[in-house]
Amino acid sequence: MAKKLGRHTYRLEKTVSVSAWGSIGGKKEGEGPLGGAFDEIEPDARLGQKTWEQAECQLQLRAVDAACRKAHLMPQELDFILAGDLLNQCVSSAYGLRAFGIPFLGIYGACSTMSEGMVLASLLLEGTDAVRGGVVTSSHFCSAERQFRTPLEYGAQRPPTSQWTATAAGCAILGRQERPPYVRTVTIGTIEDKGITDAANMGAAMAPAAAATLAHFFEDTGTRPEDYDLILTGDLGQVGRDLLYQLAAEQGYRLEGLHQDCGLLLYDRQRQDVHAGASGCGCSASVLCSSILPRIASGALGQVLFLATGALMSTTMLQQGESIPGIAHLVHLSSRNHPERRC
Amino acid sequence: MEYLKAFVVGGLFCALGQVLIDYTKLTPARILVSYVVAGVALGALGIYQPLVEFAGAGASVPLAGFGNLLAGGVKEAVAREGFLGIFTGGLTACAGGVAAALCCALVMALVFRPREK
Amino acid sequence: MTDQEYAKRNQLASAPTKSWKNIPLAFLSGGAICTAGELIRQAALAAGLEEKTAALAVSLSLIAAASLLTGLGLYDKIAKHAGAGTLVPITGFSNAMTSPAMEFKSEGIILGLGAKMFVIAGPVIVYGIAASVVYGLILWLARL
Repeated sequence: MAKKLGRHTYRLEKTVSVSAWGSIGGKKEGEGPLGGAFDEIEPDARLGQKTWEQAECQLQLRAVDAACRKAHLMPQELDFILAGDLLNQCVSSAYGLRAFGIPFLGIYGACSTMSEGMVLASLLLEGTDAVRGGVVTSSHFCSAERQFRTPLEYGAQRPPTSQWTATAAGCAILGRQERPPYVRTVTIGTIEDKGITDAANMGAAMAPAAAATLAHFFEDTGTRPEDYDLILTGDLGQVGRDLLYQLAAEQGYRLEGLHQDCGLLLYDRQRQDVHAGASGCGCSASVLCSSILPRIASGALGQVLFLATGALMSTTMLQQGESIPGIAHLVHLSSRNHPERRC
Repeated sequence: MEYLKAFVVGGLFCALGQVLIDYTKLTPARILVSYVVAGVALGALGIYQPLVEFAGAGASVPLAGFGNLLAGGVKEAVAREGFLGIFTGGLTACAGGVAAALCCALVMALVFRPREK
Repeated sequence: MTDQEYAKRNQLASAPTKSWKNIPLAFLSGGAICTAGELIRQAALAAGLEEKTAALAVSLSLIAAASLLTGLGLYDKIAKHAGAGTLVPITGFSNAMTSPAMEFKSEGIILGLGAKMFVIAGPVIVYGIAASVVYGLILWLARL
């Protein structure tokens, strides 16, 4: 059984590793610096469907397909799948995966869904006889715009703090193989809210959650940022990153040089007009599943802390004047297994 | 000269709108509502109509001009019809614009679909 | 860090809007739209239309043009640079009706297209008419 460290963290006692991963991105993601790392780039934003929601369903479906193909599995061979997305009632997951017949648990963590899913999948594998399970999440610029902001053709200016919702999906398959990347430790995030109400500045709303989760992890495990090769946050963007550094510094942790943000990796901000960076569930999921997991598998990256960050608001709560609560869940991925662990 | 006046006055209305976007928390929808209501008020106070006569389209095209149109319509209707004019004046005055915007939107929505960005 | 302190840090970390560029662009683009309106007005007056009808011709032309540009997917591309320059003129009202009508057609032509058409422009009509009724009431009471 996973060993509970402190109040927030669990160290896995059995071997859990990420055995395969799949990623898909849209045209803009393909034109970004990570374009070549994706399994699939789909230039048609509608993915051959009639609506944006159906298009996003396809993103999830194809990410699962890509991951299963690489794992030499039929999707039906997964013992479970944990999936979520940004659309109301997580419809991209439910409709996108309905044909597979995999035991399904829908989860909602906004843009933190990828790490939330990996935390839960790891604990499920640790605590049961399940052999392998999938985690998948997606976002689509067009379906997110129409749900959270304005119609696509509405003439509005995006403020400099705004972020661009990625049209992308990532799927990771977790199992018991004796092969990196290994999942070593997971930390469940706490909801943090510092009173940010501006929906065009998600990074600022989420940075406190990332800082809190990191602090909890370091405290619970007795480690320091320097013990890791990469600390990878989900979609803080430029504003959120700057604020995270300040919040972490206040707690005595220096992240500069060790930290990257998926929201700042997915696009080229100079060239692609995405303002403060990328966002959306698909941002962290696709960056992790395209360019980070392979580097841990190859040993190029040793110890990685992946913490996807989510903003847990709805348009209704914002219209009622509420602020934006943030959350971040952490997964410690490693190229080496813990010496005492076994399958 | 007419064109210059229209350009400068219309431009100033828009520049003010941009100041509101950049320096206040007002959303575009709130700014549009404020312009129309302000237009009704300025029209009612008799300030806006002289501006329309001075700048032509420069004052009538910005949404405040839409408000002024409503105020003018109500004024005429109350003079002509009395109590009922309170309710018919505004919509009657803006009937052309609203019906046109509505029908254009309907046709465009039937013909085109939104594009990816 | 208190919420107030955090709000301050947030302000420092957030890039300011480029007002030095936005405001002149809004002035120029909004001015250009009004000048186009004035061209139509002068043409209508020259064709013998009376003042009120000429004003209506201006509104209708600009509304139709903005709606078409929205349909073609061009209006938001212009508005990205023009900002309030394309928001404040009557063209912004037209865009505010056409864009949701297009967007929500996928939910059907009644509750999608028909109902959502007013999601942005509706409040303009509601409060514009309400203000005019208040003014009308004052006028009527003043006559008693």
